[in-house]
Amino acid sequence: MTPVAFVAWVMSLFFMTATTGETERAASAKAPEAAPQLAPQTLLARLAWPTLGLVVPVTLAAGWEIAVGMGLSSGRLLPPPSVIFDTFLDLAATGELQRHALATLSRVAAGFAFGVMAGTIAGAITGYSALTHRLVDPTLQALRSIPSIAWVPLFILWFGIFEASKIILIAVGVFFPVYLGVMGAVISVDRKIVEVGRVFRLSGPAMVRRILLPAVMPAYVISLRAGLGLGWMFVVAAEFLGASTGLGYLLIDGQQLGKPAQIVAAIVAFAILGKTTDFIVATVSAPFLRWEDRFARS
Amino acid sequence: MLVLDHVSKTYPNGVHALEGISLGVAPGEILVVIGGSGCGKSTMLRAISGLDTPSRGTVALDGTIITEPREEIGIIFQEPRLLPWLSVADNVGFGLDGSPREERRERVKRALVRVGLADKANVWPRELSGGQAQRVAIARALVPRPQVLLLDEPFSALDAFTRADLQVHLLDLWAELKPTLIMVTHDVEEAVVLADRIMVMRPRPGRVYEEIACDLPRPRDRQSAAFDFVKRRVLAALDRSLERADVTDAGEVKADQGGGLWW
Repeated sequence: MTPVAFVAWVMSLFFMTATTGETERAASAKAPEAAPQLAPQTLLARLAWPTLGLVVPVTLAAGWEIAVGMGLSSGRLLPPPSVIFDTFLDLAATGELQRHALATLSRVAAGFAFGVMAGTIAGAITGYSALTHRLVDPTLQALRSIPSIAWVPLFILWFGIFEASKIILIAVGVFFPVYLGVMGAVISVDRKIVEVGRVFRLSGPAMVRRILLPAVMPAYVISLRAGLGLGWMFVVAAEFLGASTGLGYLLIDGQQLGKPAQIVAAIVAFAILGKTTDFIVATVSAPFLRWEDRFARS
Repeated sequence: MLVLDHVSKTYPNGVHALEGISLGVAPGEILVVIGGSGCGKSTMLRAISGLDTPSRGTVALDGTIITEPREEIGIIFQEPRLLPWLSVADNVGFGLDGSPREERRERVKRALVRVGLADKANVWPRELSGGQAQRVAIARALVPRPQVLLLDEPFSALDAFTRADLQVHLLDLWAELKPTLIMVTHDVEEAVVLADRIMVMRPRPGRVYEEIACDLPRPRDRQSAAFDFVKRRVLAALDRSLERADVTDAGEVKADQGGGLWW
């Protein structure tokens, strides 16, 4: 059961990486590590190309499995992949894995939604209006430097130990990359394009909607993905204190009960969920970037 | 009737770009402005369009003073400036946002047919050549049927063949609706092909130096003697405006031949 399940797990990662690779090449505005226009064109080669991303983790995992199996290490502090996988199955069997994963996921989703909304609006306004920029940006930049952990005691004090404080904390984490990305991109929109908007007499809101926001879309997508990454980081901070559900809670629980397998399983779950949500954002935003005239093409 | 009354412009950094420009352009006239670099041609065009406001003096269209861009005045820049996230059709229809969808689609289709790009309606701007992109920009400027069309060196970034093509094309488009055309160029031949009136400007600060009428019948033969005569007059005026050569008014050159040295 275990080896077969292990292979199935690897295959699922393979599938995700294969499709993610293509979408990432379509969606990212910067050149990826491997230049796609030099990628081989045969079908087999095209399927194999994205899986190169799997070579490193699979090799390391297989190598560790073998090392523990041969007795080179006790595998106590860092359990081998087979033990991790068993832990996953145990947690899934009792429904614990789903319960905690869903709790974390819903917190990230809600915090992401609020953070993106606030960040986009704030970034668009401070990018467009020089006065607002002067008034508001210095304060926001100062707040941006405060690490996530530092907010936790304050938010617990203000918003309690239940969901509100966690979601607000995640929203704060998501807000800053999105705000920075939108503001910076709006400020650096080509003046020549803005003049086209002026020639067609666009009002302020129409200028933002029809020219500034589409022009910043590539940078916006990157800032969304950065915001999402920070959201995942902030949710851990939130769940470290005052949580009874969630993958962060599983982490702490594993530490307190001396279950290293549970700790690593929670970390792996974070990695998988983080990767999956990033893949979703990249895929959903790809159609909006088809117009780009850039170095890396899908 | 477009009237400039003592229009002057000094930029905040101290550059005195225009001084006392006064001229009138009749409806449907083609005025070509030519001059060395730094003579304020683009500044004047931007003041007419409403993108910049003059430091002194006024620009008035049919009595209304221009202080900001208006629907009656279209402008085409040296670069096509197409919005890269919109298809060609959406770019051309950009100024028609208030109109109903069917009407917009019709007018865009007709505009694209007029510039010969009907088959490129759903193409991204990045897939167009320079000449095609500029034609789309022309279509976009013409769709709102402006009274005045300003062109700021629209063909200078294109190769000679495309340029000659687009000059003829522009005349065809102009013949349909007869907007007032005010074009800035540094190509003397282009000026003589297109203009009813050629305005030579001189730099530092930008002023009108001379006006040369060009009433050759259209279509104009670039090889004819009359064409050549006007061309020489313009070149001579340019040389004199830059105080480069000793030339008489009739176009007889005493020292310099002009033509190619003045920019």
